[in-house]
Amino acid sequence: MLSRVAERIYWLGRYLERAENTARLVNVNTHLMLDLPRRVPLGWYPLIEITGSDEEFQETYSEPTERNVVRFLVAEPKNPASLLSSLQHARENARTIRDVIPREGWERINALCLSAKAELSSGLARSRRYDNLVGVISSTQQITGLLAGTMLHDFGYEFLRIGRNLERADMTTRIVDVRTGNLLNEEPAAEFAPFENIQWMSLLQSLSAYQAYRQQMQVPVRRREVLEFLFKDPQFPRAFLHSVGEVAGSIRNLPRNAVPLESVTALVSRVEKSRVTRLDNAGLHRYVDRLQLALGRLHAQITETYFVMSDLPRAKRAGQRAKRSASRKKAVPRPVASAD
Amino acid sequence: MTINWRNYSVKGLHDELIRAAGKPRDAAASLCTYLRGLSDQELIDHKAAAELAIRTMGITFTVYSEEEGGSIDRAWPFDIIPRIIAKQEWDRVEQGLKQRVQALNLFIDDLYHDQRIIKDGIVPAELINNSRDFRPQCVGVSPPFGVWAHICGSDLVRDKDGTVYVLEDNLRVPSGVSYMLENRQVMKRVFPELFEDYSIEPVDDYPSQLYEMLASLSPRKGDRPEVVVLTPGIYNSAYFEHAYLAQQMGAELVEGSDLLVGDDHCVYMRSVEGLVRVDVIYRRIDDLFMDPEAFRPDSMLGVPGLLRAWKKGKVALANAPGSGVADDKVIYTYVPEIIRYYLDQDPILPNVPSYLCVNKQDRDHVLAHLDKLVVKPANESGGYGMLVGPQSTRAEREEFAKLIKKNPRNYMAQPMLTLSTAPTLVDDHAEPRHLDLRPFILSGKSTYVTTGGLTRVALRKGSTVVNSSQGGGSKDTWIVDEAGL
Repeated sequence: MLSRVAERIYWLGRYLERAENTARLVNVNTHLMLDLPRRVPLGWYPLIEITGSDEEFQETYSEPTERNVVRFLVAEPKNPASLLSSLQHARENARTIRDVIPREGWERINALCLSAKAELSSGLARSRRYDNLVGVISSTQQITGLLAGTMLHDFGYEFLRIGRNLERADMTTRIVDVRTGNLLNEEPAAEFAPFENIQWMSLLQSLSAYQAYRQQMQVPVRRREVLEFLFKDPQFPRAFLHSVGEVAGSIRNLPRNAVPLESVTALVSRVEKSRVTRLDNAGLHRYVDRLQLALGRLHAQITETYFVMSDLPRAKRAGQRAKRSASRKKAVPRPVASAD
Repeated sequence: MTINWRNYSVKGLHDELIRAAGKPRDAAASLCTYLRGLSDQELIDHKAAAELAIRTMGITFTVYSEEEGGSIDRAWPFDIIPRIIAKQEWDRVEQGLKQRVQALNLFIDDLYHDQRIIKDGIVPAELINNSRDFRPQCVGVSPPFGVWAHICGSDLVRDKDGTVYVLEDNLRVPSGVSYMLENRQVMKRVFPELFEDYSIEPVDDYPSQLYEMLASLSPRKGDRPEVVVLTPGIYNSAYFEHAYLAQQMGAELVEGSDLLVGDDHCVYMRSVEGLVRVDVIYRRIDDLFMDPEAFRPDSMLGVPGLLRAWKKGKVALANAPGSGVADDKVIYTYVPEIIRYYLDQDPILPNVPSYLCVNKQDRDHVLAHLDKLVVKPANESGGYGMLVGPQSTRAEREEFAKLIKKNPRNYMAQPMLTLSTAPTLVDDHAEPRHLDLRPFILSGKSTYVTTGGLTRVALRKGSTVVNSSQGGGSKDTWIVDEAGL
């Protein structure tokens, strides 16, 4: 498998997952709004923070109103991490590697991109938004299933899974971070205490985790158990530990995997040992910070090991260290298919 | 009104499907009956189904465009009425193409070795000396089987008297074959019932034939040589095809930056497992951009050292560098002589009668009849830089007269042919539209010709411009075995 192709499959996995997560995110806030009484002010800005696109948002919009936030997250072409941008990037990556993706896979990605473009730029009003976004989620799930069921489970497939699971782990930490932080806390806490559980429920729902949580934890929705579940459940596919575990499994199947394998294994055992439920909000925030840094390092190691290669046969690879991504919150959008 | 063949006028034309008003040719009879039986709504539905199939299958071609800052992808323009050729007729065309490409390969090989054909006075030396596509770097190289142009796309046209002519031979990086294959896929999706009734020769063998041919060129003997397709990248107008062929062959689609040439003169690709040696490269990059070390140093598309690796016999390149020398429209006029010289046979397929501006007598004729002729530059493709006499203005003719006098070597001229037509769906009825045909010929250890080829059709009334980049469309091409009807 070509390094360039592996890299594009990896990004295809990330972008598809990012598109799906963005759709989930917007939908759950839309739903939450219906559950909260009118006097509880529902913030839309946290969604911007979750996706780490504060700067881009402020460049384009003045007010974080529902309409602006939704438009920015879903349809804004200037937002490189918007749902439509993500799909566009996924399509571009898929397009440049059509020779390795099953034909039906490409057709679905292409069709999803076309239909999302047609429906989502206009269908942002609350009445149609929900259905349109559910449509995107189910299409991306279909694509994931189609690729799982038709693509060769070779190195390329491992890169697709690595991309998807890293993005998923990343998004789970982002969602937890923002939701534990500042959704309602600008107002006196006591007044909104009754609605705290609704908020945790919405958090679970944004990850399609509500049902799984009930089955697995068998307790009411409470902060402590929700955190335990979302960070450390080994069986729920969107839990951090599960996602990172999947990444470890994929890397184990790759050649020349010593460096990334060591660090992903370390990350897994660190999360297993962590006592995340005991952390207060500030501590949790710092913990999430460290996890995201670890994900960034893992990404850099994968890039260095598999995507960037030396120029001469038998020559030693230059010991250049991957630059550590300083901007933790940024959902690094990557330009695809450069014009070479 | 549904399609009524009595209203379909073929006066003064040779139509591929209809002999005279209301009278289909034998091979097309049941197709015409079928189409006549469709209601307006059914026709529209079929057309819409084809368009949807093309969109979801992502069959696109790229058009270079100024305003979008580079290029844009367009859905492939397709007409749902197929073009039909009787197998008996096709067999002769196939023989003619094989003969032609065989002679052309002998010619190229001769040019890079002894140049007997020049010494024997058949082709004038100055044509080669001034050729833009003769590569001195290739002199003395002997590729496997003596074959240089492994993939050739020859354009065929039919005049109003029914004669099939070769219009030109594309020996550099001919494209279009993927659309031939995709057209068939679309037709099968849209008209499955027709494929049950007709005995249509399949086309989908091409990718495996291509792979076999390429594999036969490998310098390393082994079971599965590493074959790759080298593309300039996604902004190339034929990128769709590059990806398609790589996928169909199970070969890696590589860009220049994926490859490197080692100190051992072998070519390697960068893979997740490390460096992997490459045996055969189906390159879809023009000669001059292929290797900055040997040709254009400013090119970012190629692989430094590629020519060196090829000359050392460490890698096979298809088509071989330098094969474009026989792709020249002036050389074209010598092909009948080339066939006689190397094969001692009469050409099976005729050339379109041509005037060589480098010959004084021809030149005078061309200059006096610019309003009736088509003038073509020697080295352009895609319909660029031509003068179509009858549709030209006086100013354009004067401009061309100047160009020809200044550089006669660069021009040849041909009479305007009235290209044959085929029924093409316009709104809800069929109208005749002009078309041509590009079959593909593979040469390696043996020779293979596609069953039919890519039919390109001028969608505008009366136009003979069939290039997709200039608004042309295409049709599925059926070679029909009448014996099997």
